[in-house]
Amino acid sequence: MSDIVALTAAQAAAAVGKGDLDPGELFEAYRARAAADDLNAFVWVAGEDATRANGAGGAGGASPLGGVPLGVKDLFCTEGVPSQAGSKILEDYRPPYTATVVRKLAEAGAPLLGKTNQDEFAMGSSNENSAFGPVLNPWDRGRVPGGSSGGSAAAVAAGTAPWAIGTDTGGSIRQPAALCGIVGLKPTYGSCSRFGMIAFASSLDQAGPLTRDVTDAALLFGHMVGRDDRDATSIQFPEEVRRPTAQRLDGIRLGVPDDLTGEGVEPGVMARFEATLQIARDLGATVERVPLPHADYGLSAYYVLAPAEASSNLARFDGVRYGLRRDADDLLTMYTKTRHDGFGPEVRRRILIGTYALSSGYYDAYYGRAQRVRTKIADDFRSAFERVDLIVTPTSPGVAFELGAKTADPLAMYLNDYFTVPMPLAGIPAISIPCGLSEDLPVGFQLAGPAFSENRILDAAYALEQAIGFDNSPARA
Amino acid sequence: MSTTSQAPTDVTYEPVIGLEIHVQLRTRTKMFCGCELSFGEPPNTHTCEVCLGLPGALPVANAEAIHYGLMIGLALGCELAPQSIFHRKNYFYPDLPKGYQISQYDEPLCRGGRLADVRIHRVHLEEDAAKLVHAGSSGRIHGSAHSIVDFNRGGTPLAEIVTEPDLRAAEECGEWLRLLRTTLRQLGVSDVNMEEGSLRCDANVSIRPVGRRELGTKTELKNMNSFRFLEKGIRAEIARQEALVRAGEEVVQETLHFDPRTETLTPLRSKEEAHDYRYFPEPDLVPVTITPEMLERARAAVPELPAARAERFERDLGLTSDSAKLLAWRAELGDYFEAALAGNGPHPPEPQPLANWVNELVARIEVEDPAESRVEPGALATLVGLVTERKVTQNAAKQVLDTLVAEGGDPERIVEREGLGAIGGGDTLEPIVQQALDANPDVVEKLREGNMKPIGVIVGFVMRETKGRADGGEITRIVHEQLGL
Repeated sequence: MSDIVALTAAQAAAAVGKGDLDPGELFEAYRARAAADDLNAFVWVAGEDATRANGAGGAGGASPLGGVPLGVKDLFCTEGVPSQAGSKILEDYRPPYTATVVRKLAEAGAPLLGKTNQDEFAMGSSNENSAFGPVLNPWDRGRVPGGSSGGSAAAVAAGTAPWAIGTDTGGSIRQPAALCGIVGLKPTYGSCSRFGMIAFASSLDQAGPLTRDVTDAALLFGHMVGRDDRDATSIQFPEEVRRPTAQRLDGIRLGVPDDLTGEGVEPGVMARFEATLQIARDLGATVERVPLPHADYGLSAYYVLAPAEASSNLARFDGVRYGLRRDADDLLTMYTKTRHDGFGPEVRRRILIGTYALSSGYYDAYYGRAQRVRTKIADDFRSAFERVDLIVTPTSPGVAFELGAKTADPLAMYLNDYFTVPMPLAGIPAISIPCGLSEDLPVGFQLAGPAFSENRILDAAYALEQAIGFDNSPARA
Repeated sequence: MSTTSQAPTDVTYEPVIGLEIHVQLRTRTKMFCGCELSFGEPPNTHTCEVCLGLPGALPVANAEAIHYGLMIGLALGCELAPQSIFHRKNYFYPDLPKGYQISQYDEPLCRGGRLADVRIHRVHLEEDAAKLVHAGSSGRIHGSAHSIVDFNRGGTPLAEIVTEPDLRAAEECGEWLRLLRTTLRQLGVSDVNMEEGSLRCDANVSIRPVGRRELGTKTELKNMNSFRFLEKGIRAEIARQEALVRAGEEVVQETLHFDPRTETLTPLRSKEEAHDYRYFPEPDLVPVTITPEMLERARAAVPELPAARAERFERDLGLTSDSAKLLAWRAELGDYFEAALAGNGPHPPEPQPLANWVNELVARIEVEDPAESRVEPGALATLVGLVTERKVTQNAAKQVLDTLVAEGGDPERIVEREGLGAIGGGDTLEPIVQQALDANPDVVEKLREGNMKPIGVIVGFVMRETKGRADGGEITRIVHEQLGL
């Protein structure tokens, strides 16, 4: 089959299932493309031995995911395979165990294709904070793919991976998906195990799929969910994850937050958003405005809470047991030199912010207050979902920006997360789907729902996707 | 310094002491992972990604440790929190692989409570650190050539028990800690061995003039890893503080490290203790919610404890308070006592005399537990019964006990074999008393004059003649009779 890469992951899995496609051939097609990747989307690619292992009679054949190979964000631990979280401090670190989600997907028939580049410890919105260099956007190589799961997004968009997983803490799946013209789902907090995910902010981190279309997202997500005894915060997903089939949105009430369509949204993005709302109406949905009075404070709260947790989560990188060590005559100097040389500037900045926010005397003013904002945001969403079924926003205020455009201005960079941060603060699921182009670059449309409403979100996203008819093939050319 | 005005030599100072006790819980596995606890295995063999703090690993709270924590809370009469949470205590040290210790902070498992006369402030759960070995002479990380880490101990469940500052003397601390140890041992939640580190005790010590309510500046004493060192360390610190204050100087709040080699206290470097721990709720764990089932299970697992047992001995058996504590606070003595009391031999003992005789026995044996001696509880009971029935005198009974300790056996047979039966009744004793009176005319004269003091001479004479088999009271009665007093 010469048009293997034209198939979506679900189509490829079906072809393997019917015996029309050899899983070894499928694996090798992507392995060769990933090995030849020139976007810097991969930091490690499986060798030819993996193709043999995943060939006919290998794991793929009769499995639900058909042996369709998987791009895995670098921060997922994979046994014996570099898992560096985009950081120099973990350069060539090879864990002795595999993350639960990666293991589950491999068991379901999605073998590891490669590890994808990312912002260091998932801190960033452009993938420029990787110790292994920036990732290029396949729609325009002078631009960023978004972040932090930029490698996964770029690989799926460019067709060097049929599908991939990433993690979302404040938008790290949805925003790069939007900027690369693909689908990204951030699930309900707790629905996918975090065991084996190198932590950024534990109370926000969630694994999710980055895929070419909504069907692929549902298929992959369905094999990621589940209670894990090794993650105390994981919960059994309450229902079967279904393959979406909705053609219409009759009776669906969409809410556009009053307080979240602020200034700073590019006109082209706003135009695509409005056009998508009209498509939704045409499919039978109603659109109304809903108040989310505290959502505007989400960004501030997020940039206190996430760094606070990160400052603690990253304390284990101390040079004592693994990763980089800078030897010194005394312990304190060993710690400071190791951590100074091992962490990039953005990571150091957030460790300092977080350390400050947790310090005695400042805890209540920063961490304590941010937690209260978080509670209020969750309450806002609860109230809103009494009036509407789903809340919709642009995923990102702008399209992919040029490499280096925002690296000197962290605050401008943080504003990328404006629309994506409130959902993880509330623990609720949200998806980004491509809704068209602005300035020849993809625009993302975000749909969020109450906790565990993924089936409803996927259905609505699917109906919109069919009606929008976005063509993402140019990125694979 | 006698010229200094602030040298109040006439003031008496009172020590005020609170204890912080860390107890390693004897669960099967560690606090937050599935590794089995280690007891002297080769270094770093009981480890996994969680207790090594590898990237991506997550903690899961050990249900058995929570169960043990509840048992401790119930045993100490604490208020059990329906919901408690874990916090992260952040600091860098090579024995702390995550860069933070998972502990409990402002929402602990148990609050309040009391054991004997000492109030409990709180009980919470946390994880133990790994073990560091420093190469070089200092024994500390500063100045060592290199240090090695054994993570076998890292992650062992700990219960931290904090008292209110209710203790007033070093000896009292030792005595109370022994009671706590017995209590925890009876609960079966820990090996509670100070030398092996499964029971560790820090002390907060301050002094104040007797009668004053406000507390003085306290110091924290660490590393006193035996009961002897605990009392020594606290005594030394009280003396040091008192000398300082009497010299008109002030006590500085600091942490002091007890050196068991020199038996002295030295301040830890301020760098080692100047911490802002940046506590915040552990986001990787969910709150610990205590269900009625968990509570019921913990209640059912708590046996009768020393304090309650002492109360029962006092209330139901009429033991003196001292006897009751002595038996109950050392569980093995209480068990032995109760076994002796329960036997239904032909000569049942009274509780209080039996308690006294358990003491006599303990003084004569080298093992801690009398059950491990040659003296069967039933044998001691019989002996005490014989004494009560005046078939054997106190003195003769002590000789029988010596024989029992040496050889074991049946006290009645020993009495018979060695002719130690009490010489009762006038028929046998009267002639001997008469002999004694005849031999001591001066004593007889004094007795007749109403001076009863020298009657001891007569009793002594008779005792010698009867090898202690005579009853003192009976002798006195016969003397009165014969002299017509």
